[in-house]
Amino acid sequence: MNLKEKLVSSFMAFENKIDVDAPVHEIRNEAIKIFETKGFPSKKDEAWKYTSLNSILKENYSVFPKQENALEFSEVRSYMLHEMDTYKIIFIDGKYSSHLSQTTHDGFDICLMSSALNNPKYRLVIENYFNKIAEKDGLTSLNTAFATEGAYIHIKKNKLVNKPIQILHFSTGSEEAVMLQPRNLIVVDENSHVQIIERHQSLTDNPVLTNSVTEIFANKRAIVDYYKLQNDNKNATLIDNTFVNQKQESHCFVHTFSFGGKLVRNNLHFYQNGERIDSTLNGITIIGDKQHVDHNTLVHHIEPNCESHQDYKGIFADNSTGVFNGRVVVNKEAQKTNAFQSNNNILLSDKATINSKPQLEIFADDVKCSHGCTIGQLDESAMFYLRSRGIPEKEAKALLMYAFSNNVLDSVKIPEIKTRITKIIAEKLGVNLGFDL
Amino acid sequence: MLKINNLHASVEDKAILKGINLEVKAGEVHAIMGPNGSGKSTLSSVIAGKEEYEVTDGEIFFDEENIEELSAEERAHKGIFLSFQYPVEIPGVSVTNFIKTAINETRKAKGLPDMPANEMLKLIREKSELLEIDRKFLSRSLNQGFSGGEKKRNEIFQMAMLEPKLAILDETDSGLDIDALRIVASGVNKLKSKDNAVVLITHYQRLLDYIVPDFVHVLYNGRIVKSGGKELAHELEEKGYDWIKEEVNA
Repeated sequence: MNLKEKLVSSFMAFENKIDVDAPVHEIRNEAIKIFETKGFPSKKDEAWKYTSLNSILKENYSVFPKQENALEFSEVRSYMLHEMDTYKIIFIDGKYSSHLSQTTHDGFDICLMSSALNNPKYRLVIENYFNKIAEKDGLTSLNTAFATEGAYIHIKKNKLVNKPIQILHFSTGSEEAVMLQPRNLIVVDENSHVQIIERHQSLTDNPVLTNSVTEIFANKRAIVDYYKLQNDNKNATLIDNTFVNQKQESHCFVHTFSFGGKLVRNNLHFYQNGERIDSTLNGITIIGDKQHVDHNTLVHHIEPNCESHQDYKGIFADNSTGVFNGRVVVNKEAQKTNAFQSNNNILLSDKATINSKPQLEIFADDVKCSHGCTIGQLDESAMFYLRSRGIPEKEAKALLMYAFSNNVLDSVKIPEIKTRITKIIAEKLGVNLGFDL
Repeated sequence: MLKINNLHASVEDKAILKGINLEVKAGEVHAIMGPNGSGKSTLSSVIAGKEEYEVTDGEIFFDEENIEELSAEERAHKGIFLSFQYPVEIPGVSVTNFIKTAINETRKAKGLPDMPANEMLKLIREKSELLEIDRKFLSRSLNQGFSGGEKKRNEIFQMAMLEPKLAILDETDSGLDIDALRIVASGVNKLKSKDNAVVLITHYQRLLDYIVPDFVHVLYNGRIVKSGGKELAHELEEKGYDWIKEEVNA
């Protein structure tokens, strides 16, 4: 039995464990049917032309974690931003860890999807937002069918969340291979501001397949600042499906830092449903070995006078492969759109590959849209300059790669994250320069 | 200090240097002049160890050691410094952090520990005053958005910090207004001693009014075709390079 069949047949067993009268059950039923029809994507799908899941889907994943596992703070401390005070929503093998988390209902709800799905208090929000912006493709539908747990964040009107929120998913590797379906819902109401950090981390080399779905709703004038930190173990695969719906005058920034994992696919799709919206999608990818990172972005400009900015930098060593597929759609009504996209890549080896594909579909006639893509090696005259000052080759390379990704790093608004990322970059590049990059 | 014998070098199979002989002793200032395309910048890059240039014949000795097999950073560690005609921009790395890295990597290569922070600060203060460099300038990203004059002043600041034995200044005067030229030249003069040497690569004579050379060499078509004292520079300024070309071609 292949993974698809296994999942479909597990759905009935799953139904025995959940409340089939809950309003979301109909959504789940519909979703499993979509997954049954569409299944997993293959290379025949245009959007998956350069990324194959075949070898990953061959593992014998356990679909429901068999046992609950606990972790001590000391075991996971290094994966968290512990230098600063934060709210924390932490999951271990898909199950909520109240021991490690710090949630709140004081002024805003920073809590769990499971309670939001089951508690009548949240019914209205779930009805209005759950699965409303998520796409209906096979993988997202699979998540919708099975998802029971994840972060539920609802920031009500006129609130400034006083500290960042960390959403952390740990897998302990206590089972041979495990598949996880985390589901996050983030609703930020009028005039509110929130900062969120998300990370998926496997603690062993056992295979993990995470198929995550996050829906973000930025209502009128809301500001959402979101950081995805991907630096997972060599057998961890992440399919991150994030959908952002923005209302008028909202600003939403998503930074994706991809430094590790076996395979990472980021589907990051923005829908601008209002005027004067600003969307920013930034990314730094630094990988090596046989790692594979695929960024699939979409910004859909639906109404006039909006902006979008995409800036993705990639550094690829060894046999690693990268994909950037950046799609921008500008509807006929979306006049005065400013949409910018840039994707710059450095290949450090002859065997590294990057497939970069801008895809602009513009139906309005009064817009400013630009895209640029570069693929190159490190600048030799710059290398000579640094080395002539006594800086050895390896350190000189690191400095240039840091300089290459600097403008993305500069747009990070939480200093502790910037410090953390620069440390990871220095670690990836194997250098110690005697100062914090 | 520096001894070059019959140096031939080429880039992508194109011969550029065709038999250079040059000896620079401690305490001396040499100027290398010549028309565009004569090989001036190639000569400085080859001495500093740029890998794209292939030495096809001849030798370069530095302190009696043949440096042909040494990398650019190893040559820097031995005390060779090249001030670039076009310094490279490094966004996100401040002038201070860059020079700290350069100094500590050089110390590491010599088996010395990192320079203590307070000593480094003192040195930076001292040398930046020498070159009339503003404090704020030191926290800016290296060469990013610098004017031509700021870039060159920053090059000489790095030279002052690294205290090389042999400094090669490649077209340091190009792009400088007269005030910047005066500051840069006075910086170089203050750094000059009986133990180090300076090679000035220049197209024009005006820098040589401020940094007076002991020897002037004319490079043409990959060879040094004429050498003399400082008066040769004045002659070139007056008459241009045509008479040299005619002499050589005759």
